[in-house]
This record gives sequence, C-alpha cells and structure tokens, in this order.
Amino acid sequence: MPAEVNESLATLSDQLILATVLLYLVAMICYALDLAFGRARTVVAVRRRQLVGAGGPAAPEDTTGDATEDSGPQPATWAVRAGTIGVVLTWIAWAGNLGGILTRGIAVDRWPWANMYEFVVAICFAAVTAFLALLIRQPIRFLGAFVTVTAALGLGFAVLFLHVQAGPVMPALHSYWIAIHVTAAIVASGLFILAGVCAILYLIRRDGRPSVLPSREGLERVAHRAIVIAFPIWTFAVIAGALWADRAWGRYWGWDPKEVWAFVTWVVYAAYLHARATAGWRGKAAMIVSLIAFGCLLFNLIGVNIFFSGLHSYADVPQ
Amino acid sequence: MSPPDDLASAVRDEPAQEETERQAQERTKPVGLGPAGWMRWTWRTLTSMRTALILLFLFALGSVPGSIYPQRSVDPGRVAQYFKDNPAQAKWLDRFWLFDVFSSPWFAAIYLLLFISLAGCVFPRALSHIKEIRRRPPAAPRNLLRLPHSETLEGGLTLEQAAAALRRRRFRVVTGDGWVSAEKGYLRETGNLLFHVALLVLLFAVGAGGLFGYRGNVLVVEGDGFSNAVAAYDRFMPGSRVTAESLEPFSFTLKDFQASYVAAGEKQGQPLDYLAKLTVQDSPTAAPREVDLKVNDPLDVNGTLTYLIGHGYAPTFRVTDGKGQVAYDGPVPCLADDQATYTSECVIKVPDAQPTQLGFLARFLPTTVPNGDAWVSIFPGAANPTVQVFPFAGDLGLKSGQPQSVYQLDTSDLKPLGKMSAQPTPLNVGDTKELADGAGKIQFTGVKEWISLQITYDPGREPALLAAAAAVIGLVLSLTIRRRRVWVRVKDGTATVGGLTRSEGGGAAFAEEFAQIVTALRGNASADTPSADTPPGDDPSPDEPPADDRSPGDPPAGDQDGDRGGEPDESGITGHVAPDAPTGNAAPGTRPDEE
Ligand code: HEM
Repeated sequence: MPAEVNESLATLSDQLILATVLLYLVAMICYALDLAFGRARTVVAVRRRQLVGAGGPAAPEDTTGDATEDSGPQPATWAVRAGTIGVVLTWIAWAGNLGGILTRGIAVDRWPWANMYEFVVAICFAAVTAFLALLIRQPIRFLGAFVTVTAALGLGFAVLFLHVQAGPVMPALHSYWIAIHVTAAIVASGLFILAGVCAILYLIRRDGRPSVLPSREGLERVAHRAIVIAFPIWTFAVIAGALWADRAWGRYWGWDPKEVWAFVTWVVYAAYLHARATAGWRGKAAMIVSLIAFGCLLFNLIGVNIFFSGLHSYADVPQ
Repeated sequence: MSPPDDLASAVRDEPAQEETERQAQERTKPVGLGPAGWMRWTWRTLTSMRTALILLFLFALGSVPGSIYPQRSVDPGRVAQYFKDNPAQAKWLDRFWLFDVFSSPWFAAIYLLLFISLAGCVFPRALSHIKEIRRRPPAAPRNLLRLPHSETLEGGLTLEQAAAALRRRRFRVVTGDGWVSAEKGYLRETGNLLFHVALLVLLFAVGAGGLFGYRGNVLVVEGDGFSNAVAAYDRFMPGSRVTAESLEPFSFTLKDFQASYVAAGEKQGQPLDYLAKLTVQDSPTAAPREVDLKVNDPLDVNGTLTYLIGHGYAPTFRVTDGKGQVAYDGPVPCLADDQATYTSECVIKVPDAQPTQLGFLARFLPTTVPNGDAWVSIFPGAANPTVQVFPFAGDLGLKSGQPQSVYQLDTSDLKPLGKMSAQPTPLNVGDTKELADGAGKIQFTGVKEWISLQITYDPGREPALLAAAAAVIGLVLSLTIRRRRVWVRVKDGTATVGGLTRSEGGGAAFAEEFAQIVTALRGNASADTPSADTPPGDDPSPDEPPADDRSPGDPPAGDQDGDRGGEPDESGITGHVAPDAPTGNAAPGTRPDEE
C-alpha cells in the first residue's frame, strides 16, 4: 500500500475547498438579492395579472418584468441578473468543489471519501450537484440561496472541525466496496439534503400569503421527487454496506450503531413514502416525517461518529 | 406538476382511495358484531396502511436503544463493564432487554406484527393485481374532455389507426363501439408487490441463517494451527439447528503475520496493511494450499468463511522455577492497551512452578524508547521490543473451579517477589531476569504475533442477498413507473383523446407523454392512408416524428405546464385544435353524443 502523499496536491485541495466555500457564499448572496428584489416584483405582477384575469402561466420563474408596480420598489433588473450570476457562480463553485475532491483523491491515491472530513465535503458536493441537475429541467432557482448556504455551512464545518491531513487509511477501508457503498450513500445524502431544504421551506411557508417562495404544493413536489430518487439509492447503499460488512467483518448485519441508524433512516423515509400515500397524512404530516428521517440521516452522519463507538470507528474525527 | 388531488377519486382502485374506504369501515366499528366481526376488524386494522405506518415508526424507534446501550451480541465485554460501572441502572435496563434489544421479545413483537401486517396486505393485493393483469382495460368514459388530459382531433383518425398507434407504444389496447381504451404501467404495482414480498423473504433468510448457521472466534499465534471443531474455539455461537457434524472439517496453520504501519508524519503508527500467511487443508485428506488472508478478503472453504479481525503481540518466555526446572516455555498473547503504540498487557501463569506457583504481569513495548525514568513505546511495529516484568509468587487460584480469564491475574493469594517498582528495567530479547527469594528466573526469548479470527457459516447469506436485490428492483419499478390510461373516441370524423395517470405525482411526465401520443395520433389522422397501420410492437420508439407536413412550431397539446388544476375547461382544450385542421363536420366544442 502506498504511504506517500503528494503534499502539494493535498494543499491545493485544501485551498480549492476554501475557495469553494467563499464562492458558495457569494452565490448565496446573489440568489438572496434575486429573491429579495428580483422576485417580489414578479409575484406582485403575477398577482395583478391574476386579478385582471388574463390567465396565462404564472410560474415564479416568469421574470419578464414588463408589468411594474408604482407602489412597489423600483424594478431591479440588476437583482434578476444577480440570480443568473448566482447560478454561474454556483457552477464555478461546483467545479472548485469537484477539483478539491479530485486533487485530494489523486494526492493520496485512493477514493477521497474515507474519513469524516472527506465524506462531508463529498456530500455537500452531491447536494449542489443534485440542485444543479434538477435546475436544468425545473424552475427551482428559488432554492439556490438555501442550497448554497447549506453547502457553505457544511464545508465550513468540515474545514473548521473535521479537517485531517490527507493520508492513507485503515486496512479495513482497502476495498472496492468503498467506491460502491460510500458513493451511493453520498449521492443519496445529497438528494436528501435537497429534500430536507424543501421540507423546511414548506413548514416556513404559509399558503395564501405573498411570498417569494413557490406554493407549498410546489415545495412538496420537489421534496418528493428528490426523495423518490434518493430512496432506492439509499436502499442500495445500505445493502452494499451489508455486502461489505460480509467481506470485512464476517457478518452482513450486526446492529453496529452505524447500521442501526442507517436502518432507522431507511425505515423513516419508507414511512414518509407511506404517509404520502395514506389519507390524513398527506401534506404537512408527511413533510414532518421526511424531516424526522432527515434528522436521522444527519445524526447517523455526525452523531454516531462522535457519540458511539463501533466497528465503523475509522471516521477519523479529530479530537 | 401533478394532477389535482381529487383526481385520485376519479380512479376507483387507487390505494389512497381504498384506504379512505377502509378507514370509513373501521370507524363504523364492530359494535355488537360478535367474535367474527371483531376478528375481521382486528385483521383490517392490522393490515391497514395507517397501522403499518405506526409499526414502521415503532420499528425504527425500537432499534434506537440498540445503538445507545452496549449489546451482548456485539460486545459482551462492554456490557459487563456497564454492569460494573452502574450496577443498579444496569439491572433495570437488563429487565427491559436493553442489552439484547435485537433478540428481545418486544422487538420481536414489533417486527412480527409489521410483517403480519405486510403479508396481510401484500397477498390480497397480489391476487387482485393478478386479476387486474388479466382484465382488459376498462371501457372509455363518456366524456373524455372531462379528463385531466384531453384533446380534440379532427381529420379522419380511425379507431384502427388509433389502436395501432397505441399498441406501438406498448399500451394494452381494447377497442369497442366507437372507442379505444389503452392502459400501460402494470409493472408499477408488480414492482411494489415484489418489493414488499422481498422484504418478507429477507426476514426469513435472516432467520434461517440464524438457525442453521454458526459463528465462532479463535485466537491463533504464529506457528500454531486451528482445526474446525467446537472445542477449538475460544467462543462459539451456534444456531439452534447446528450440530457438531455440521462443521466443515478444514484446518490451517498460521505461518506468518505481517502488519505494516505509516512510518512518519502526522499519521505515524496508523496501520496500512495486514497479511496472514496460512497453510490450509480443506479436509483432513486434502492437499495443503497456501492462502494469503487479509482484511476484506476472507478464506472461503465451501461456504465457511474465515475472517481476519484482529491482531496483537505474543512475546515468548522461558520460566525456570526455584528447583531449576523449565516450568513454562512458549508464547503469551498480550492485549494492546493503546492501538497507536501497541503497548500491550500480558499475563503469564506458571501453575507447574515449584515450590510455589508463579505469576507474572508484563508490559510489552514494541518500539521502546526511554522517557525520563520510564520507558514507553512510540510505534506499533516491533522495532525495538522489550518487556517490563512484574513477578508474583503464591496461589494462582486455578483450583477454585471458577473459570478465569487468561488475560487477568488474580493477585489475591499472590505476593510480589522482591521490591515492586512501577517502571522495572525492560528486558530485551534474550535477557533473563533473576527472581527474588531464589524463586527462579524468567527469560524473554522472542516475539511472535497472534491474530484473531472469526469463522462463520451462514446459509442465509445468498437468499438474503437475492431478496435484497429483488427489493431494490421492485422499489425502482414501483417508484419510477406510472400507471396510465388513454382513451380515444371517434364520432363523425372527430376524435377525442383523453388520458389519466393513476400514479400520484406523475402528472408532469404524463403530460409530456400525452402530448406525444396526441401528436402521433394526429400524424396518423392526416396521413390518411390505412397502410399507416404498422403491426404492433415493432417500434416502441416513444417519439416518432409526426408523418405529416404540419409546421413544427405547432404546440403539441398545450400541456407543457401540465398543471391544469381542477376541472378541465373546454375552452382551453378547443383552443389547442390546430388552426389549419380541416373544419368539416364538427365544430370545436361540439360534444359527440353518447351511445
Ligand atoms: C407492514 C405493512 C405494509 C403495508 C400494509 C404496506 C403497504 C403499502 C402500499 C399500499 C403501498 C403503495 C403506496 C403507493 O402506491 O403509493 C406501499 C408502498 C411502499 N412501501 Fe409499503 N407496506 C408495508 C410495509 C412496508 C415496509 C416494512 C417497508 C420498508 C421499510 C415498505 C416500503 C414501501 C415503499 C418504499 C413503498 C413505495 C412508496 C411509493 O410507491 O411511493 N412498506 N406500501
């Protein structure tokens, strides 16, 4: 096993991640400007058009901005442009995030998600990727501010509290299963973060009031879509974990704390899917269930590594 | 962009709808229904989705204590420690099986109820699904324009053309008097059933593995061997159906063990790789073979797997007693106190020593450096191995009949030999320490390593894997496929097309598909030649280009936003009729009469 670390690449990786945090923050500010000044006007315009009864598409993305309000703030084309700049910046930050992951992987010559720092960096990357991928086909730019701030907080937390020097890992992690199991867990977690952000916005949003956010239904729909994609991937990740445990520890399921919480997360997300199909649970109750599930996911990611000791204890959390 | 919620009520056998009906039945509870009624009520309640939901929550909640408290099945040592630290609390926790959560009666009750509920729900659903698969798609509703997706087409589309076009798209098609009815997406329900049944199979596979399989641990020192028999294990955990004969008769010798560590830097001492070299005989008569045993790469002998799960040092000692006889000569497995430096604690018991029994505590330092008045190990590899020995003489307490751990020295009837110091001078390999009072001497003769192995046989592994794979496939089918129906009615040269998706949340994607279907039908309508009827099933391409000369800018169905919301309004629909459509017999908005 190679023990050499390419130090300059490892340093480059750390710098890229720092730059990514800053870029996400700037992107977040751009989205926020768009939300605050570029949309309020649109919503007012839409409302007026509905009053007039002209019909037509009332999607929140509709930013033609030709109908202006005298009483409202000045039309802020710059704010709408800020939203576009936010998207561009998110793509650049995304590339920086990807670069940070790749350089670290090359520096240590292994899959770059073998400790908690690397794992959190990868999950933030997955969440932003999920957002950008959905953004290509769906009008979800309103989520930009919330996704980028989540990613910036996640990365900042990783840099400040979880960072460990790039280096080799425990023999138990020398397995192709890390590519399969951990990658699936990261992809699913990224999508679950997106759903979690939507669910929180859903609870904040009050229907019937003017808001820069889309309707609760719209938020629920994005959350549901993300969970529907993520749930089978998470199921697969848990199964792949069991297969790896069968290779490494001599049993495929042993109720290790990490396994318990992966299972709990899975069951509660399944409960969400059932709640959504059960009369009386649809809507708010189902969204709350999805947030409980999201809480379990986060606890498994952070809490279990810190509070419990188990076989999964190579998370390498700095003391 | 899903269809409005009340769409669900447009479809009779939507699960949600079924649920409300069932709950309505539940609420009119069996007052005075008699035992049969009560049983039916219990069964209904148990197999209802709401109960399943609550049981799912309980299942999740019930497994949480298993991560908070140490579990006997995972780490009995930590449970014992817990009893020592908080005896009163531990007693109470133990009463509620909180150290054996996953084999506790209450946990079993939750999952048994859940799986009865699951079975009670899945099997009736499977039967009705089989019936449904056999059944023909239902006849067209009277007014297709009332459906969430609808369109009026003009231009002489015939029923045969419509049927053929839908068959090409893999719809199941029936035709009636003036209508075509088509349905697709049965795999959704099939996938859903597959998923739920796979969960049942998974539970049985896990259970069977527990009954017919076994697990055992053994520690082997370099140079020693192991042969697979119950007596050879340090700890053996058989399923209730395992007999001594069911153990695979293989054996092996540990020739060598190598561990490598990071030599320098922030991660100095972190393990890099472990390698155990074994000579294996698959059966007493088989030819020996050389095997490299590594982490993540178990030894497989006909389904019995041997895993490398731990390692440590076993320094070797020769103890000569007060009468000059060699009373002990061999390795002593030590337990690491500290993984970063592998400073290890050893216990040497010499019951055969004369005139009194001898016992030693020893501290093994793999890479020794002096540190003030003391010595410490700075690296887990054995670069400069030494031992610090603390000798005792007296009664080892082995005769009391109480089982004793080989890693603990019971010093109650022992007294230290000579002056006890916290940091005795370490012995190098080959060094001998003379014991006080002429009790003899101990020589540190060398360093070996030991490995700990887990050996498992679990016949449920493969079935469990197959069930898990089936569950994922079923899940993907049930979450990605939409059940949808399309109807066409033709009357007086005007065709109406209506569509409905029966899966919640599938509206947006269906709107797109519906638009494509309408475009295809329109193409058929104006192609005007019966030869447009290609045989079904030869081209499932979802977006075949329209075979007409219509301008490409034509909006396909006006459903791009897919969110019609509430009642479909006719004016919106007729607005989508292409402007250049031949306006012959039927004016837009005129409804074909019902037959
Ligand atoms: C115990 C009794 C159970 C019952 C009565 C039950 C019933 C159902 C029903 C009727 C559906 C269809 C919902 C729909 O099509 O929208 C469904 C879907 C589903 N079930 Fe269950 N189920 C049970 C147990 C479980 C368990 C234990 C799990 C996994 C932890 C599970 C996971 C799922 C998933 C993932 C779906 C797909 C949801 C969707 O289609 O949106 N079910 N279940």
